[in-house]
Amino acid sequence: MRDVAVLGVGLNSKWGELWEMSLRDIFVEAALNALDDAGVDRVDSIVVGCMTSGLFVGQEHLGSLMSDYLGMNPVAATRVESACASGGAAFRQGFLEVASGAADIVLVGGVEKMTDVGGDEATYALSAASDMEYEAYHGITFPGLYALVARAHMHRFGTTREQLAHVAVKNHRHGARNPVAQYPYEITVEDVLASVMVADPLRVLDCSPITDGAAAAVLCPVETARKLSKKPVVKVLASAQASSTIALHSRKDLTWFESTAEAAQKAYRMAGKRPEDIDVAEVHDCFTIAEIVVLEALGLVERGKGGQAAASGMTALGGKIPVNTSGGLKSKGHPVGATGVAQVVEITRQLRGESGPRQVEGARVGLTQNMGGTGGSSVVHIFETV
Amino acid sequence: MAGIIGYGAYIPRYRIKVEEIAKIWGADAPNYKRGLGLEEKSVPGPDQDTITMSVEAAKKALRRAGIDPREIGAVYVGSESHPYAVKPSGTVLAEAIGATPDVHSASFEFACKAGTEAMFVCLCQVESGRIKYGLAVGADTSQGAPGDALEYSTAAGAAAFIFGRDHVVAQVDETYSFMTDTPDFWRREYQHYPRHAGRFTGEPAYFKHIRGAAQGIMKKAGLQPKDFHYVVFHQPNGKFPLNVGRQLGFTREQIETGRLVPKLGNTYSGSSPMGLTAVLDVARPGDRILLVSYGSGAGSDAFIFTVTGRIDEVRDKAEHTRALLDGHKVYIDYGTYAKYRGKILKAE
Repeated sequence: MRDVAVLGVGLNSKWGELWEMSLRDIFVEAALNALDDAGVDRVDSIVVGCMTSGLFVGQEHLGSLMSDYLGMNPVAATRVESACASGGAAFRQGFLEVASGAADIVLVGGVEKMTDVGGDEATYALSAASDMEYEAYHGITFPGLYALVARAHMHRFGTTREQLAHVAVKNHRHGARNPVAQYPYEITVEDVLASVMVADPLRVLDCSPITDGAAAAVLCPVETARKLSKKPVVKVLASAQASSTIALHSRKDLTWFESTAEAAQKAYRMAGKRPEDIDVAEVHDCFTIAEIVVLEALGLVERGKGGQAAASGMTALGGKIPVNTSGGLKSKGHPVGATGVAQVVEITRQLRGESGPRQVEGARVGLTQNMGGTGGSSVVHIFETV
Repeated sequence: MAGIIGYGAYIPRYRIKVEEIAKIWGADAPNYKRGLGLEEKSVPGPDQDTITMSVEAAKKALRRAGIDPREIGAVYVGSESHPYAVKPSGTVLAEAIGATPDVHSASFEFACKAGTEAMFVCLCQVESGRIKYGLAVGADTSQGAPGDALEYSTAAGAAAFIFGRDHVVAQVDETYSFMTDTPDFWRREYQHYPRHAGRFTGEPAYFKHIRGAAQGIMKKAGLQPKDFHYVVFHQPNGKFPLNVGRQLGFTREQIETGRLVPKLGNTYSGSSPMGLTAVLDVARPGDRILLVSYGSGAGSDAFIFTVTGRIDEVRDKAEHTRALLDGHKVYIDYGTYAKYRGKILKAE
C-alpha cells in the first residue's frame, strides 16, 4: 500500500442553524475550502459521508449531486453511510483509494443538513442509526440508549453526575476558541446540572446538538504531498474500522464499546504506536458519557477512570492528552455525516500547528475516533507529521 | 393628525399555571418557566370567544373615546380564532356596540399581527377622510395542541382602539411594515391546532421581522431607541421581546411596562395591542411610544405614537389593563382547562 497524506482540509464557514443554506451549499463551501487549502483544482474521485439526507431533506444520490455542484463531473463520486460514523467511513474509503493506487487525489467530504425538519422528525431520522425493529420501534431514542450506558457506568465504576458535566464544560471551553463552533461559549457544571432533563441522568447540556455543517479533506500519496505542499505533511499512519452489535441490549457489557476498542487495537498496530504516543485526539462525544467510555476503549484512560479524566483536567488543553480541542460534537456541533471528516480537519490543523488559541504545543501524533449509533460501528485514524 | 381616541382591553378571569400544564405532560416546569419566561396564562371561559372579548374591549374604548357609536364608520376585527370560518366577527361586534348599519366591516387574519393590520387600515380610512371614526380590534382565543410547547403560552385577550382626528389621545406619527414569505407557523383549513417549525420561528422569523420593522420605522422617522419612552413588541413568550429589544438597543425599562406576557401568555392578535393599552394607562402627555407587532408567515407592522394631554382625562374611564391582569383571577386545573377549551367533549 502507498503512504497517504492529508493534503488539504476545510469546513464550511460556520456550523449551526444555517437557515439560508442548503445541503449542497454547505458541502460545496467546505469542499472548496479544502481544495483551496490543498492547492489543487482537480481530483480523481469524490467520497461523501452522509448519514441520512433522505430523511432530513429528501435527497439521496449525493455523489452525483456534489460532483455536479463542484463542477467535477465526470469523476467517480460515491456516498458512504455508516450512521454517525459516515464521515469517518468516507475518509477511510478515500484513504483506501489512494493507498491502493486506484486514485491519486481524492476529495472526501462529510455533510448533514439537519435543521430543515422539526425536533420529532430529527429524532426519528437519528433513531435510524439504532436497531429500528428491536430498539426504535419500542420507543427508545439515542438519549435513552446513552442514558442506559451512563447508568451502567455510574453503577459499576462510581462515575458521578458531576463528572459527566465536566466533559461538556471542558469541550465548551475548547469550543469557545473555535469560531466555526455552533455554541462557541463556556458553560459551568452548574449550568449542566440545571439544564432540562432529557433521559435521566442525561440533561440537554450532556447532548450534542442538531447542526447543519460540512467538512472536507483532500488525500494524496505522501510523495505527492511533499511535492505539492509547503505545509507540514500529515501522514495517515493508520485507518481501521470495526463493528459491534447494532442493538445496545445485545452487548455483553453496557459500559464498553467493543467496536471502538477493536478499531483502536488495529489502528495502533498499523501505526506502530501506543496510546501514550498520542498527543491530541478528537473523539465522538455525542453525549458526555460517550467521551468517557470511548477514552477508556481507546486506552487513553484507564478502564473505569474516564469520569475523572475531564474533571481532573487530564483531557483539557494543557492536560496530559487534550481531547476534542475543536469543542467536540458537544460545542462545535454534530452534523452527523460531517463529524468524522471534521475530526480529521481538526487533527490535521493541530499537527500542522495551525490551531491558534487552541493549539496543542508540539503535537506530532493525533487520533480520531468516529462512532455510529451506540458503537455498532467505529472508525479510528492515526496521523503523524512526517 | 389622526390617532387613537379611545382604547380598551379585556382579559378573561381564568388562569392556568405553567406547573399545572407541565404536571400533566411530565415536563420540567421550572425549566419551562425559565426557558419561556412564563408563569401563567389566561383562559377563556366556556361561553367566551373572540367576538365576546372584542365587545368587552370595544365598550371600554368607547367609554374612553366618549363618542356616539353611530359615528363609527368602520369595524375591523383581527384574529386567527374568529368563531366562524364563514361569517364575519365584525357584524356581531358592530351590532353589540350600536354601530350598525352605517358601517363598513372586515375580518383580518395574519397570524399574530391581525390586530395591528386592523389598526393600520382603520387609521388609513380615518386619514383619508372616508370615515370619521373607526374601531380596530385585535383578539384571540389562541390554540395550542395538547402537550406542544405552544400550550404553555396560548392565551386569550382583546384590545380595541378607536381612531379619529379629534379627541386624540395618542397621535400616529409614523407607520411602517416589513414582510417576507417565511413559513414559520401555519394552520390549514379544517385543522384544529396550528403547526410550527420549532426553532425556525425564532431568528429567521420573529427576530428578523421585528428588527426589520423597528429599524425601518426609526430610520423613516429619524429617531433612535433613546427617543422613545416605551416600546411594545409582540410577545409570544417572556424572553423574545427582551431579546429583540436588547438587539435593537432598547432598555428593559422601556420594554417592561407593555410586557404583559409572563402573567398573561400570548394572546396572538391581541398581544402587542394589549401591551400598548397597558402603556397608555400610565403614559404622560408627550411620551413617544413604538409598537411593533409580529405575525407568522411573516411580517411586522410598526407604529410610532405621541401621547397627547387628553390621556389624563380618559385613562381612568375604564379599568386599566394591569388591573385586569392582576385583579380577580380564578385558577383552574388542567381538566377544567381542557373542558373550557373544547379539548374534551361531553358524550352526546
